[in-house]
Amino acid sequence: MILCSGLALGMLALRDEKRLPVHFSGLVDAAGFVGYISPMAAHDHDHNEGSNLSEMELRVRALETILVDKGYIETAALDRIVELYETKIGPHIGAQVIAKAWSDPSFRQSLIDDASKAVSALAEVGRVGDHLVAVENTPLVHNMVVCTLCSCYPTDVLGLPPTWYKSFAYRSRVVKEPRAVLADFGVALPAETEIRVWDSTAETRYLVVPMRPAETAGWSEAQLAKLITRDSMVGTGVPKNPSEVA
Amino acid sequence: MDGVHDMGGMDGFGKVEPEPNESVFHHRWEGRVLAMSRAIGVFRAWTIDTSRYVVESLAPSVYLTSPYYEKWFLRNQQLLIERGLIDADEIAAGRALRPAKSMKRGRFTLADVETVTRRGSYGRPAPAPARFKIGDRVRTKNIHPTTHTRLPRYARGHVGEVERLHGAHIFPDSAAAGKGEDPQWLYTVRFDAQELWGADAELKLKVSIEAFEPYLEHV
Repeated sequence: MILCSGLALGMLALRDEKRLPVHFSGLVDAAGFVGYISPMAAHDHDHNEGSNLSEMELRVRALETILVDKGYIETAALDRIVELYETKIGPHIGAQVIAKAWSDPSFRQSLIDDASKAVSALAEVGRVGDHLVAVENTPLVHNMVVCTLCSCYPTDVLGLPPTWYKSFAYRSRVVKEPRAVLADFGVALPAETEIRVWDSTAETRYLVVPMRPAETAGWSEAQLAKLITRDSMVGTGVPKNPSEVA
Repeated sequence: MDGVHDMGGMDGFGKVEPEPNESVFHHRWEGRVLAMSRAIGVFRAWTIDTSRYVVESLAPSVYLTSPYYEKWFLRNQQLLIERGLIDADEIAAGRALRPAKSMKRGRFTLADVETVTRRGSYGRPAPAPARFKIGDRVRTKNIHPTTHTRLPRYARGHVGEVERLHGAHIFPDSAAAGKGEDPQWLYTVRFDAQELWGADAELKLKVSIEAFEPYLEHV
């Protein structure tokens, strides 16, 4: 019953009790970032998957123990990395960037010209990795991003990729039948819209700039960010309808 | 290598199944594997290209049936042993049996975390002028190296157009083979769907790859 013990689960239970987002920002949920972990779901999961899962937990713990014992790594540093990806580095960052691009034409131009430079210059984001490229959706072209060979993803601005992005179904199909893939996400585009798929086969990373929904004139960047989902920045979704968040 | 990881265009994997409100990690161990992967990267015992090659080299049956982070775990364990940071008998024992290998840098600590949560830089000074320019028609080579490459099978031997020029980058095919960075120009090359998938391809579809200069030839 290793999985039932320890601080980690205690923290999860606390989160559940208060129903608070892990990251206390309204932007987080808007971007599709999981504001809180469903502890019961995670808990059931571990047990239902049986001995296989427990064995994996044990094997991973053994490797961590060896690395810590030998002095290569510090446990607290690993804890911090997990915490950063669970609470700080997620699609709310990308949503801020897109909201600014929608609001500020000169920033939009900088983003299109050199996304790494433009995003790194934002005080609220800070430095991101090199070779980030922003590609803009228009009424004529819809962009989608994939890594057919592994799982390359713009983690600085979107966090770790969701399972579907790493799935064999997505990786195999989107370069050949993107409209059918979009249908799996409940998205249908006009037949005349060109679909452009970017296969991330090098260290360049692509961020889709979705189209700003109509009827958002005068909205603040914070309001706009609530419309911007993670999937809309990968190209498998479109921004929320303004009536959903108004 | 012509491995099962090179999935672009394959059929049979079913629907894409997005999970509403998906958590970042589904099990505690996944986060630990991710964190360990980031942390041990600072020792520079291998490159990102080598780590990809190790995952690609897993037996197809293992690749197809192991969860994502289990593949990372298998890779970490294999590379740590191969590069002498740990020993196989320590894995069996579940604890350290002898002192650490002497490394160029010290323990990975909290102070190092910020450096590993940002993507690295792979741009390098160009060794020579670029052979192609934006707008050029190019053909990808029909190559089948048994070693690591980032030219996907579905895009080999096809004619496309150079759309972007990204400067020179570390060449994965060389780096993964332990032959050094050998920087090469990197281009975005765009193909029409009909060129890749034939006359029955989806209409109004264009697909691009990031192509290193050695993958390309003039049409």
